[in-house]
Formats: sequence, C-alpha cells, structure tokens
Amino acid sequence: MVRALSHWELLKLGGAEVILVIAGLLVLLLDLGWMRGEPRRHRMLIAALLSGVGCLAAALWAWQGGVYGRALEGVLVVDEGSQLVKLVLLLMALATVGLSVQSRFTRHVGEYHALLLFGVVGMMLMVSTENILMLFVALEIASLSLYILTAFNEENPRADEAALKYFLFGGVAAAFLLFGLSLLYGLTGTLDLRLMGSVLAERGVDPGVAAALTLVMVGFGFKVAAVPFHLWAPDAYVGAPTPVAALIGSGSKVAAFYLLGKVLLAGFHGVAGSAAWRELASGWALVLAVMATASLVLGNLAAIAQGRLKRLLAYSAIGHAGYMLVGTMALADPEQARRGFAFVVFYAATYGLTTIGAFGAAQALEQAGESDSLEAMGGLHRRAPFLSFCLMIFLLSLAGVPPLVGFAGKFFLFGGALGTGGGFGVVWLVALAIGMSAVALYYYLRVLKRVYVAEAAETASPLPLPLSVAIVLAVLAALVLALGLQPGLLVEPLLQAATLPLGG
Amino acid sequence: MAEGRSTLSLPAWTIYLPFLGMVVLLLWDGISARAARWLTLGVLVLAALVALGTAVGYAPGSGVVEVTRASWIPALGIEYYLAIDGISVVLLLLTGIASVVGVLFSWNIEHRVRAYFAFYLALVGGVYGVFLSRDLFLFFVFYEIAIIPKYFLIAIWGSTRKEYGAMKLVLYSFVGSALALIGVLAILVMGWRLSGTPTMDLDLLARLPWPREFQLWAFPLVFVGFGFLAGLWPFHSWAPTGHVAAPTPVSMLLAGVIMKLGAYGALRAGVALFPEGVLAWRELIVALAVCGILYGALVALVQQDFKFVIGFSSVSHMGFVMLGLVTLHAKGLGGAVLQMFSHGILAGLLFGVVGRMVYDRTHTRQLADLEGMQLNRVLPFAAWTFVLAGAASMGLPGFSGFVAEINVLVGAWHAMPAAALWTGVGILVGVAYTLRAMRRAFFAEPALANPGPPPDLPPITLPEKIGAVVLLGSSLAVGLYPDLLFRFAMPDVTRLLSWVGKGGVL
Repeated sequence: MVRALSHWELLKLGGAEVILVIAGLLVLLLDLGWMRGEPRRHRMLIAALLSGVGCLAAALWAWQGGVYGRALEGVLVVDEGSQLVKLVLLLMALATVGLSVQSRFTRHVGEYHALLLFGVVGMMLMVSTENILMLFVALEIASLSLYILTAFNEENPRADEAALKYFLFGGVAAAFLLFGLSLLYGLTGTLDLRLMGSVLAERGVDPGVAAALTLVMVGFGFKVAAVPFHLWAPDAYVGAPTPVAALIGSGSKVAAFYLLGKVLLAGFHGVAGSAAWRELASGWALVLAVMATASLVLGNLAAIAQGRLKRLLAYSAIGHAGYMLVGTMALADPEQARRGFAFVVFYAATYGLTTIGAFGAAQALEQAGESDSLEAMGGLHRRAPFLSFCLMIFLLSLAGVPPLVGFAGKFFLFGGALGTGGGFGVVWLVALAIGMSAVALYYYLRVLKRVYVAEAAETASPLPLPLSVAIVLAVLAALVLALGLQPGLLVEPLLQAATLPLGG
Repeated sequence: MAEGRSTLSLPAWTIYLPFLGMVVLLLWDGISARAARWLTLGVLVLAALVALGTAVGYAPGSGVVEVTRASWIPALGIEYYLAIDGISVVLLLLTGIASVVGVLFSWNIEHRVRAYFAFYLALVGGVYGVFLSRDLFLFFVFYEIAIIPKYFLIAIWGSTRKEYGAMKLVLYSFVGSALALIGVLAILVMGWRLSGTPTMDLDLLARLPWPREFQLWAFPLVFVGFGFLAGLWPFHSWAPTGHVAAPTPVSMLLAGVIMKLGAYGALRAGVALFPEGVLAWRELIVALAVCGILYGALVALVQQDFKFVIGFSSVSHMGFVMLGLVTLHAKGLGGAVLQMFSHGILAGLLFGVVGRMVYDRTHTRQLADLEGMQLNRVLPFAAWTFVLAGAASMGLPGFSGFVAEINVLVGAWHAMPAAALWTGVGILVGVAYTLRAMRRAFFAEPALANPGPPPDLPPITLPEKIGAVVLLGSSLAVGLYPDLLFRFAMPDVTRLLSWVGKGGVL
C-alpha cells in the first residue's frame, strides 16, 4: 500500500478526471477562440458535442481502465466501486449537457460547459478519495463550480440571489466541515481516513470526537440539503438554470452520499453510536438520525404546499435526502455496513437519474416558454403526450411505485436500515420514512392530476419538445423502467464492489 | 419441497397478456375507440381462458405448482417466482370473469378510450400478478402496480366527487401498503436471520420458526396493512366513497377483485406466516370484522344513494372474509376463500346494475328519485337481475353467497361463538337493506294517484346482458355445486392449517 507510485501510474489512476479537465479546457479555448463570432446555437452545439465526447472518453477510461490502486495516503483511491459511481456521474453529466444544448439561458457557452465539467471532476474526485484534505478540496471544486453555474441563468433575475445564498450557506458549511476535519486531524494525527478509523475506534466517542463528528456531519448535511441545513436548496433549484439544478440534485448528491458512506465506513466505523430506540448513544448515527427525521418531515410536508414543479422537486429532494440518511443507519452495524453502503449509493444514483428526468420535463416547459406552475400544466397530456408520459414515470418512480426503480431503491434502503443491530431498533425511523412516502405520493399525484386529469383550455396548442431534451427524457425514462424491472443490473455490481476490501 | 416440482408455464400469460395489450394501446396512436374496445376484450377473454385452462389443468390437491421461477435479485434472495395452488386458482377464475365483464360494462366509454383501456389493462395485469406471485417481494410489486391505475381511472372517468374519492382511495391503499411494507421488510430481515440465507419464497417463509415476540408485532402490521384494501373496519372508509366515485366497470373491479387483493395478502403474508400472531390478536380482529359486518350493513340500511348502499354492503361482506381468515379453522378459511369469489361476482353484478343499467340511463342514483320511475316496467331486465343478485347477496341458498357465509359462520362458531351470533345479526340486516333498496329502486308504487308515463329509457344492451348472465350464472353454479371451487380451495386450506399447526376439526 505504501509503495511509491510513478507519475505515470498516478496519471493513469486519475485518468478519467484528467480527460475531463482537458475536455473542459478545450471547450473553453474553442469557444472563446474560434467560435467567438458564431451564432449561439452553433456554439452551444459544438461545446456540448465536445463536452459529450469528453464525458464518453472519461467514462470509457473509468470502465475499461482496469487500473485500481490507492495513492498518497488515500488521496486518490480508485476501486471498482468508485469507477462504477464515476460512470453514473458521467451519465448524469451527459444528461445535463443534453438538457441544455437547445436552451438560451446563457451567452457564456464555453464557461458554462467548462464549469460543468470541472464540477463533475470535483464530484469524481469526491468519490475517489479517502483523505480528509483531498475530501475537502474535491468538495470545494464541485461546490464552487456549482455556485457559479447557479448564477448563469440570464433569464431569471433571481439567479444571482440564489447563487449568492447558495454560496454563503455553502461557505459557512465548508467552514464547519473544515473545522471538524481539522479537529479530527488534531485528535488522530493523520489525514488518511483509514488510519484515522483505527485510531478513532480505539478512542471511542469522547467530547472532542463528538464535537468533530457533529461539525463534519453538519458539513455533509449542507451538501445533501438535509434539514436544518437545507435553506439554500429551494432557492438554488428554482434560480439556477434548470439543467444545473438537475446536476445539483443528482450528481452532487450521489458524490456526497458516496463520500459520506466512505467516511462513515472507513473513518468513523468505531464511533457510530446508535439511533436505536431506547438505546440511543452518541455518535454519528444519532446526528444523522436527527437530520433524517427532520428532513423527512419537513421536506415532504413542505412539498405539499408548493405550486411550482421545480420548487416541489426541491422540497421533495430534501425528503429524499432524508430517505438516504435513513439508509445510512445500516452503516452503523458492522455486519450490514457494506451492504447498506451499496444500497445508499444505489438509491442516490437512481434517484439522481430520475430527478434529472423530472427537471428535464421542467426544462422542456421552460424552453417552450411555459411556466412550470402546476396551474399551467393542466391538460398537458393532450399538448405533449410524450413529455407527460415521461413525467409520470419519473414522478411515480420518485414516489416509490413499482415497477419503477424508486420502489426497488426504497425497498433496499429501508431493508438495509431495518436489519441493523440485533433487534429492530431503528424501525421507528424506517416507519417514519415509509409513512412519509405515502405523503410524497400525494403531492406527486397532485402534479399528475394536473397533467392527466385536468383538461387543457380549448385554445391550447401542442407543446414543442426540443429533440435533445426528448432524447434525454427517453433514455432516462427507459433507464428508470429497466432498472426497476431489473435492479440487479446496478445493485449487484455495487454490492460486489462494496464487499471488496476498501480501496481495492 | 416434493409437491412443487411439476411446472406449468401457461398461467403466467394471464399477466403478460394484459400488459402486452396495454403496451399496444400506448403505442398505437390512432387506434379507434371501437378497435380499442375489441382489443381489450379480446386480450382479457384470452387471459380469462388461460385462467380457466389453468383451473382445468390443475389437479385439486396437488399443492403448489410452479409456473415460472427465475433468480431476480439474488443478493436479497428475491425471485421472479410465480406458482399456483388451489386458493390462487379460485381467485384467478374470479379475476378472469370479473375483468371480462368489466370490459363489457365499459362498452359505452367514449372519453379518452385508449387511455381508459390502457389503465384498465394495467390494473388487471397487476391483479393477476398478485394472485400468481409466490415470492413476497414480487407479490408486493404487483400489489402496488394495481394501486396507481385506480387513481386515474376514477379521477378521469368517475362521477360524484371523483377527484376526492380517487385520492382518498389511493392514499388509503398506499398507507395500508406502507404498513404492510414495514412488515414485509421485517419478514425479510428476520427470515434472513432465522434461516441464514435471504429468501422471500412464501412457502419457505411459512415454515420458519418465527419467534413469538416477532409474530406479535409483525402480524398486525401485515394483516392490518393488507386489511386496508380489504375494507377492514375502521380502515374501510375509502371503499364506499371510492366505489361511488369510480366509473361503473371500475367499481365492479374494485369491489370484485381489488378488495380481494388485500384479503389475499392478509392470508398469504399474515395468517400463513404468523399463526401465533393470529391467535394473540384474534379477538381484536374478529371484533373488527364483526363491527365491519354490522356497521356496513346498518349504514347501508339508511343510504339515500343507491350506489352507496352497495358500497357499504361491500364493507359488510368483506367483513366475512376477514372473519373467516382468522378463524384458523378449515371451514372458516375455506368459507373466506369462497366468499372472496362470491362477493367478487355479486358485488360486481350489483354495481353493474346500479351504476350502468340504472344510473347511466336515469342519471340519478337517489332512491327517492328512482321511486317514481317504475323501473320494474321500464327496465325489467335490470330489475330482475337486481332481484336475483340481491337475493344471492343476502345469502339465499342456491347462490354462492349462502355457501360461503355459512362456512365462515361455522368456522367462527368454532373460534368464537359470540362472534357467530353477532354475524348472524349482520346477515339479517343484510336482508333488510337489500330488500329496502330493491323495493324503493325498482318496485315502488308511485306516490301519486295518477303518475305520469314511465320515463323513456334506452333498453339494456347486449354486452350488459351477457355480462349479467355470466356473473349470475357463476354465482348460481357455485351455489348449487360448491364443490366446484371447494375442491380446489380445501386441500390447500387444510395444508395451510397443518403448517400453522392448528388443523381445525372438519
């Protein structure tokens, strides 16, 4: 493990990220150089093609590279699990690019695509590290890109406000995280999560560790938009360009949950504490259980009151963060931990794909010059049958209705959490989560009621659906259905990867 | 498992056919209403024939016969496992009959026909899937698949307060299945712990030595969770509003087969797995069931809306099913299975008469309005169908209802004699509300001395007649020759009881 790596080997380990950075720089160069005078439509197309090729090349590398290893005290850890998640992230990036090809929200085409790719690089680094310093750096790369991207929406005057809010909240949360990480470094004397794990396991939860843990969990709570650190989310989702909102809701979440799982598994396994009823013990499990409870209740109840699709999706995202936090309870049990980790990642990945689809529907509405208010969506099924059908698939999957993937995800997630410990200690949390998914069905059905039950006005004309958006929607809907019918396609490799020794 | 070796892959087509039909309807953009109707009818007749063929090909007493078995999610021991036994054969037959008749009663749907039949087929496919699943996860998947189409069918094509009724129905179903899902997850986790390997095979699960403390909390979750959909009192209130709001064919399916899904789930995942849980909670559940029987009947007695009468009577009749399930007695359980069939047929018929034959023509369901219409002269076919169906429903010997309810009563007598007594009162009230509704709707003497001429209503159409005759015929056949179904159900009921170690005295 401590064998020194040559630079060449290091480059190969980070090959996917390197490719993406190069692609980002190329896009920037091309757009600011040769393409400068071209009409925006062409610039968008060329930049998107180039970004797409970059994503595909990176994905090919991650898929076929076959280079696994752990370098520099866990700064770069490449194993089967991380590569699999990178594939998912790249797919999400592709979908995001696809959603924005035919849109008009920005003139800064090159910057938009470059930042998008850099953000994805940050996310990929997040899933590829077991070092707390690198963890922070990766998180910041991803976050900073997303802050700026949020402000890119020239059509929405509130984008700046949203971006600033996102940035300020994010900055404070980063400070918390950094403070917690530095405390941990001081307490354990190492940056490597795995070494830290064994030191912490011996030490147990003392006040210093408890403080550090809580600070770190606050930082993650912000990243995944868990209550009470969610306040930025609804504004950022609504203010940001819709494809960016989709990426914030999907890729960023997948990376954050993978990283959180890694941290809990490798670093904090000895200081889990317990969230089991009547056996509450301090540790991260308790902190996460509290955040999960608050997110489930607030996210799902607040979503009921929303009158616009994107805002509703934002609150439902908070609720979904709650579900995933419930899933992390499984990581407190040494016997369930690996499996629970795979289930959380599965849920985050499939949730991400679904939510991009839902945002894609909102994007299609916006591009047609329509509002995403539920009121305006009345009778959409007649004006845009394909769009409506895709939206139905995405929303029902988010609600957890089989045979769509959301159901399988929830089943795994809650099954994993329920099995923790000797008894059924966290059944209270699982019951709350399942109960809240009934609430969720209500507000998703409210949208579908507008779309399918209400009738459009007589004057309503068919809604044009841009080809690029249609393709993205079709692919995602097919994935949601296929993974729902055959969840093993994704969950089995994840389980396999998770049962390997950490770091390969 | 020596008894489960022989396989029969045909019955799986009852699931695939409706879903294939749905896909065709979704993809075929310009299909005419007529073609959509005939396509749906053809698909469902074919599925019903497959169900019939399954029944004919299934030798009663041969236990669990595998239909299809394939690994699905090996990490959790989840399989795509379809199988039939005597009990599921009975319910497959019911689904076959009810779904075909439902299409016949949908013949006059003109609004968004393609979407209507697509949802309808999805619903029926889900129902067949539930009755064929032998893997608890798969079972649950089909169970939930059947929930969503109901929402759209009611909210788009329904009547009275349709959006409210649809949402209420779906949320009740979903809350019930949420409870059941907690139970299912607990079964997965605990079963894994008990047997060392994960499995969701219902037959394997039924043989695990579930600890008593576990049964005590898992059983009510599963039983009540599924009980929501079976109209278990006091979680029944979705049923009357949902039935009334639904378009007639959907009311027929809702009362006819959807409520059975709940009862079937309570049987397969509740009673069969947790006998000690049943024993511990039996008094309470019997009390709920009897309350349901009495409450449903009494409330039906005072309804002014004809459809509400039938809606509440469904709650009452489903009380018999739930009562029979927890008797843990061969006659009681067999009676419950038969009652599922019988109520499925008769409730469908009653809703058909009220919703389609009467309401679609008179545009009113208020008994007070119907009184003046002399419907027995205008719509004699509807009137006499209702007389026969009502008689069957109130438990007249010769019809299926009688055989089913008498068996449940015998079972209940063994389990809790007091319950049998109160149930008897419920039957009497059943006679009263049926007669009241029958007299007021069809045979009322006009109040005025010189009533106007009876309204001019379109005659009963051929599809309606065929549907009514099929349903009445089924009820009559089972009533006159109960062994037709008993010989399927009874061996598996006794087998189930021998597993749970409580073989009742036959």
